[in-house]
Amino acid sequence: MLTLTCPVCGVTAEETEFHGGGEAHLKRFGPGATDDDLEGYLFMRENPRGVHFERWRHAYGCGKWFHAARCTTTLQVFGTYPAQTFEPPKEICDKISEARPGWSWRAFK
Amino acid sequence: MSEPITALAGAASETGIARIMELSLQGMITLRGDLASSAVQKAATGAAEVEMPGTNQANCVEDRGICWMSPDELLILCPYDMVAANIDKMTETLGNAHALAVNVSDARAAFRITGTQAREVLAKLCPVDLSLENFAPGMFRRTRMAQVPAAFWMTDAESFQLVCFRSQARYVFDLLSIAAQPGSGVNAYLT
Repeated sequence: MLTLTCPVCGVTAEETEFHGGGEAHLKRFGPGATDDDLEGYLFMRENPRGVHFERWRHAYGCGKWFHAARCTTTLQVFGTYPAQTFEPPKEICDKISEARPGWSWRAFK
Repeated sequence: MSEPITALAGAASETGIARIMELSLQGMITLRGDLASSAVQKAATGAAEVEMPGTNQANCVEDRGICWMSPDELLILCPYDMVAANIDKMTETLGNAHALAVNVSDARAAFRITGTQAREVLAKLCPVDLSLENFAPGMFRRTRMAQVPAAFWMTDAESFQLVCFRSQARYVFDLLSIAAQPGSGVNAYLT
């Protein structure tokens, strides 16, 4: 079972108290973007076996969105961090490097 | 004006491992805003006449209290007939602060679960660690109860007070009564 800690209210609960919000750190391409950028934004998603970054919402608790870094095969959670950021914080990347040396995910490694 | 009544007219379940009862009408005000701002804090403490609770805490005395719902939301408890007056008072205290105070008394149902095995009844229904060391009076928790959202806190070592949406009152009461049916004790939390 996936156990997450909400960085907003600090509550640790299993995944049914949360709601998954898909891939994290997407950059929006809207009007004026090229077709390729728009297609990538709309349809192209990572589907990794291993390290993954996701958005989650503490739906039954404080109701706030946050980010989570986790492993899709072991359900190990490397950490959760606030939604108001464009990239994972360094301490979380360090923690992932420790557990999964040589990992990469989109532009992050 | 029609007479206000609770969702289940004071339903109670007495025969199980914990006593479940629907509480009489409870005044509830949702206050949203920046909890660090003094106007919001004054509005909350002025209406409930208790101190501000910390994160994930509830500060309740009888039918008055403040519950921490989220980083920008408080649930103010007060007597049912005081709600309108309290909202007027709060709106005045809030002044120009970017905040909202709204009466949700009739949108909610409230229950009390009492007994030495009250912890077990809730632990069967919620993904919450309700062990003695991890959940104690003063703490407040919003969570999922089987299929619906609920929030609860402890009023003493053997009593929980729980709020849920009024439209789900019958479902919640049935859930609690079934989780508390006689002979269903797990004795996980007995000291």
